[in-house]
Amino acid sequence: MNFKPTLWKVVFVVIICLGIYSAYVRYAHGLGAVSNMSDQFPWGIWIGFDVLCGVMLAAGGFIVTGAVHLLNIERLHSVVRPTVLTAFLGYCLVIVGLFFDLGRPWFIWHQIFYRNPHSVMFEVGFCVMFYTTVLFFEFLPNVLERFHLHTPLRWVKGIMAGLVVAGILLSTLHQSSLGALYLIMPSKLHPFWYTPALPFFFFGSAVAVGLAMTIFESSLSSRAFGRQLELPVLIELGGVLLVVLWVNALLRVEDFFHRDQFANIVKPSYEAYFLWLELALAFVIPITLLSFKKVRRSPNGLYLASVICLLGFVTNRLNVSVTGFETWVGHHYVPKLTEFMITLAIIATGFALFGLAVKYLPIFPEVQSAEEVEAPVEVIASNAIPAPVFVEVENAGD
Amino acid sequence: MSKALLYDATMCIGCKQCEVACAQQNKLPYSDEIAAESVQSEHKYTVVLTKQEKFMRRLCMHCEHPACASVCPVGAFHKTAEGPVVYDVWKCIGCRYCMVACAFAQPKYEWQSLNPRVRKCIMCPDRVKAGQQTACAEACPTGATKFGERDDLIKEAQSRIQQNPSNYVPHIYGLTEVGGTNVLLLSSVSFETFGYPKSQKLGDTPLPEYTGRVMSKIPDFIPLWSLVLGGVYWITHRREDVAAAEAEEKKLENEDGAR
Repeated sequence: MNFKPTLWKVVFVVIICLGIYSAYVRYAHGLGAVSNMSDQFPWGIWIGFDVLCGVMLAAGGFIVTGAVHLLNIERLHSVVRPTVLTAFLGYCLVIVGLFFDLGRPWFIWHQIFYRNPHSVMFEVGFCVMFYTTVLFFEFLPNVLERFHLHTPLRWVKGIMAGLVVAGILLSTLHQSSLGALYLIMPSKLHPFWYTPALPFFFFGSAVAVGLAMTIFESSLSSRAFGRQLELPVLIELGGVLLVVLWVNALLRVEDFFHRDQFANIVKPSYEAYFLWLELALAFVIPITLLSFKKVRRSPNGLYLASVICLLGFVTNRLNVSVTGFETWVGHHYVPKLTEFMITLAIIATGFALFGLAVKYLPIFPEVQSAEEVEAPVEVIASNAIPAPVFVEVENAGD
Repeated sequence: MSKALLYDATMCIGCKQCEVACAQQNKLPYSDEIAAESVQSEHKYTVVLTKQEKFMRRLCMHCEHPACASVCPVGAFHKTAEGPVVYDVWKCIGCRYCMVACAFAQPKYEWQSLNPRVRKCIMCPDRVKAGQQTACAEACPTGATKFGERDDLIKEAQSRIQQNPSNYVPHIYGLTEVGGTNVLLLSSVSFETFGYPKSQKLGDTPLPEYTGRVMSKIPDFIPLWSLVLGGVYWITHRREDVAAAEAEEKKLENEDGAR
């Protein structure tokens, strides 16, 4: 392992330091000091991005495990581990994010004792709690294999079918319920985004994002670690993504039509600009890109389309949680720098943990990568360490 | 029978005695500066607004079907039998969903506190339970804020509009809005002037119904969806078993043939 300070490592350290400072402000001076949230804007980007987008970006877990274990699509098997890793990290970080956003996070356990079954938030909370546990067990084989613990590995594999079914059930419930959170505000949320179909849209977009995220993280880790999925698998995922995007887009259009919103959408307004941005990034551009066979069959094309699609649905979540309330409130909400820093630090932690996991756990199929092959040669050349030491080091890292 | 407040803006003289009484009752600070503040906050549960010599009070509406109580994941809010919507600070985890959900934006937050609470008018529940009127109604020198049975107050409001139709907007705000509230308002100018949401926009449907429509499906959805998922698993893996068994049979047949 080398500790060479690369650009990304420096950026990471800076972000984490600023994050720690912001966390100090949060816990030493309260929510008012660290954020631009107010009585008018009780939910900022910590809910809009960290929770709503965090859960959405982690949706790949239930889609891919469902496709492989439930529908028995064997050829997608190599996708399961990286997506389960993303999902597990994603949910853990959502919970970490809640410890910043909740006013009284030390009472988070009240959720278990004082239940209000009428509350959508209660349902989401319980689903997230159970699903994080499910993801922990789905992730566990990576660790058990790494340390050659075969007996517990057999136990986990024995309950895998149950875990997968539970995971899909819980995900269907809470991915849609995040949309249902906003159903109680028909008079507050802007009509572009308030629709009785919100739960369906949140679920549909989670499916699209789950697929896009799988392509994205595979492409990213191929760049960073030289480890990735086979291209045919990515091409297949890209094809499914195209279909899912079409379904999502048609349902959105149908909903606008049903609620007579077309005339308002084409009229320029503050909300319309954000809606156009959302629709362009989530649907128009990725659908156009993926419609070309050439794009769908190239790793770079798939990467680009999935990144744009991810940005589009992130815009959608922020529109529902922030933009859609600005007219009702009468002024804008722009997050404070410290608010951004905490969110950035959480994202950076996610990337770092993903990198560490890929490095030390059997996440991606190929073990030998270009980087790893190169590194020892370099060290031999410079330090002239005898070869036998290397064998040991290699074994330790495998 | 639930208790309610009737606030008649035409009788209000803007003396802010209700603000003072509210601060005393809830042990909140009150000074000339706070009196001059024209917004509700964590230290000001009710406010008397002034616009072109007209007055209007703002306070928690104490909905018949409160959104705050419906959305709270830990049930920190509840509607008492007497009418007040009250808050249990011990249960609260600080998610602030109540603030987002309230159509009247009534719950306020202690943003500067390290152990923050949600703050709003709780309609003096102890006084109401003991058969007394709320502090604000007691303090009101003109009777603009009146405490009583909700049904009686509705009748009174209707007769006031009938007797003096030129004095009032012909509408009792809170009679049917979001399914009815335990604070009723009368005014000579439109309620939106003072920041109250338009009645047409609010509608008469109790807000919890919007989520109830979805939440009520969940108990049926869970077993059904589990059954479907389990069924799919069984079918796809059964196919595999059958294929394996058939291959085995074929192999045996071939071996028999070879022999």
